Amino acid sequence: MKFIQAVTVALVLGWLAGCSSTGDTKESDVAVEDHSDAATEGAATTSGVGAYGDLSIESLNDPNSPLAQRIIYFAYDSSDVAEQDREIVAAHAAFLAANPDVHVSVEGHTDERGAREYNIGLGDQRAQSVRRMLEFQGVSPSQITTVSFGEEKPAVEGHDESAWSMNRRVELVYVGY
Amino acid sequence: MKVLYRSLLLFILCLPAWLQAALTIEITQGMDGAVPIAVVPFGTAGTPPEDVAAIIASDLARSGRFAPLARRDLIAHPVEASEVRFQDWRTLGSENLVIGKVESAGPDQYRIQFRLFDVYRGRQITGHSLPAKASQLRKVAHVISDIIYEKLTGQPGAFDTRIAYVISEESGGRKKYMLQLADSDGYNPKTLLTSAQPLMSPAWSPDGRRLAYVSFEKRRAAVFIQDVFTGKREEIAAFAGINGAPSWSPDGNAMAVTLSRDGNPEIYSMRLSDRKLKRLTFGAAIDTEPAWTPDGRSILFTSDRGGSPQIYRMPAQGGRAQRLTFEGNYNASADVAPDGKSLALVHGEGGRYRIATLDLENNLLRVVSDGQLDESPSFAPNGSMIIYATESGHRGVLAAVSSDGRFRQRFSLQEGNVREPVWSPFTRRK
Repeated sequence: MKFIQAVTVALVLGWLAGCSSTGDTKESDVAVEDHSDAATEGAATTSGVGAYGDLSIESLNDPNSPLAQRIIYFAYDSSDVAEQDREIVAAHAAFLAANPDVHVSVEGHTDERGAREYNIGLGDQRAQSVRRMLEFQGVSPSQITTVSFGEEKPAVEGHDESAWSMNRRVELVYVGY
Repeated sequence: MKVLYRSLLLFILCLPAWLQAALTIEITQGMDGAVPIAVVPFGTAGTPPEDVAAIIASDLARSGRFAPLARRDLIAHPVEASEVRFQDWRTLGSENLVIGKVESAGPDQYRIQFRLFDVYRGRQITGHSLPAKASQLRKVAHVISDIIYEKLTGQPGAFDTRIAYVISEESGGRKKYMLQLADSDGYNPKTLLTSAQPLMSPAWSPDGRRLAYVSFEKRRAAVFIQDVFTGKREEIAAFAGINGAPSWSPDGNAMAVTLSRDGNPEIYSMRLSDRKLKRLTFGAAIDTEPAWTPDGRSILFTSDRGGSPQIYRMPAQGGRAQRLTFEGNYNASADVAPDGKSLALVHGEGGRYRIATLDLENNLLRVVSDGQLDESPSFAPNGSMIIYATESGHRGVLAAVSSDGRFRQRFSLQEGNVREPVWSPFTRRK
């Protein structure tokens, strides 16, 4: 089980490394197939549940589900998803792939520093990073919308790093759930 | 047609200002060498609703170039030219003198006459007579300030102009956003749009009749163009992802916008007649905040293609971009001066974000503001001042600084946050 998890993480990392040029269709096609191969290899059902928990719609409202974590935080002026947060994205990807009727809004935010429209750009790139990870892990593009609010909707009001670090984020919002 | 338009305009200007607090202006950094000027209270028959001389004196003081004498120091109150004794004003050290009168010219009609004198030469520099309804007296006072300013400095005045800005308020845990505009002295605030979702990036059309802006009212970004006088608006961009940073071409026929519909923030030019889009930037970097140069030939923008946000310039049709800023690790939000010779921008260095000007002829960058998180610089249409957003007492306020950085003032609201100021172009019909 650990192994499967490691394979998934390795694949994600491999994709992130290989795909930094972005959007090469051929590459991502291959990657998606690799992923399903890995899943079928050792007891697909068990490993899915083990890695990501229950994938039913109800699990969205389960506070103990990995899906309860819906915020990914970012470093200053960066749109790279941190190592430790990739598992959160992977759990949502598995859920969305298993529930193709569910839609998610991927909402990018920044801290208040700097220019407002540049921050809209930065929030968009954060949302796009997460969107690409979801798509790579089998989520249909039609399930995802991205929006950047830049610095316009801070989670925490405040003018110091403790507030800023909470505001540099992507929120996964399940509309209607 | 022109007459009809004007009367419509005046009708709208006459609408009562809702119960809205005006922006109040306080001068926070005075200027040495401001020229003393005496503005004598205008003679009146009856009680006109506005103190025209006080409005003119306040305009001239806000320019930083003039130091109007305090009323209590005015040793005489001439109304007619024949009553002026230049010696009185020489004694006070006042280089110039303004006198005038407001006469009734029928129901709700006034005639405002004013004269500007050179005290040392002992002669009149200019004098005009202007008609106005009661509701237009403030506007006429600003027009007079513009005439005085131009006569004495050689540069057109920008008092009879407006600023647009965004207000955010919170009450009972609910956010409220408003797009407003006000006269350049903060009076007559009018709300163009109220929304529970963010509003941002107002941009004036070159004729000063319309504003483009970004609204998140549908929980996603869309660019709108709204007629300032009629309130009518249309949505011009609502693609997947970003629809932001609208900037009008100087001829008013095109709008540069930032869209991420192709997966990354890129700058596009939209022909407004048929909304045809042309993509101008390419690559994985953030490209945004387009700003046209006054000659319409180039577009400046912010890009992090070099690793940190910096200002670049490209041809308006797209093509090879040239980096313009090299000092500091963060330069964004360029606004081009009306003469095209310098920029105002947000300059981040050492954790502080301040407004700086960049002289395009000698590449000299000069910090002109003194806040921690200053943003959104916008030139007055005569280039004399830069208005921007800053913070004071943990609230968003506006400030303006003379382009040389020597003179500063603050515009604040009684409550709420005000930000993203944009100064209108000249709106007066010549």
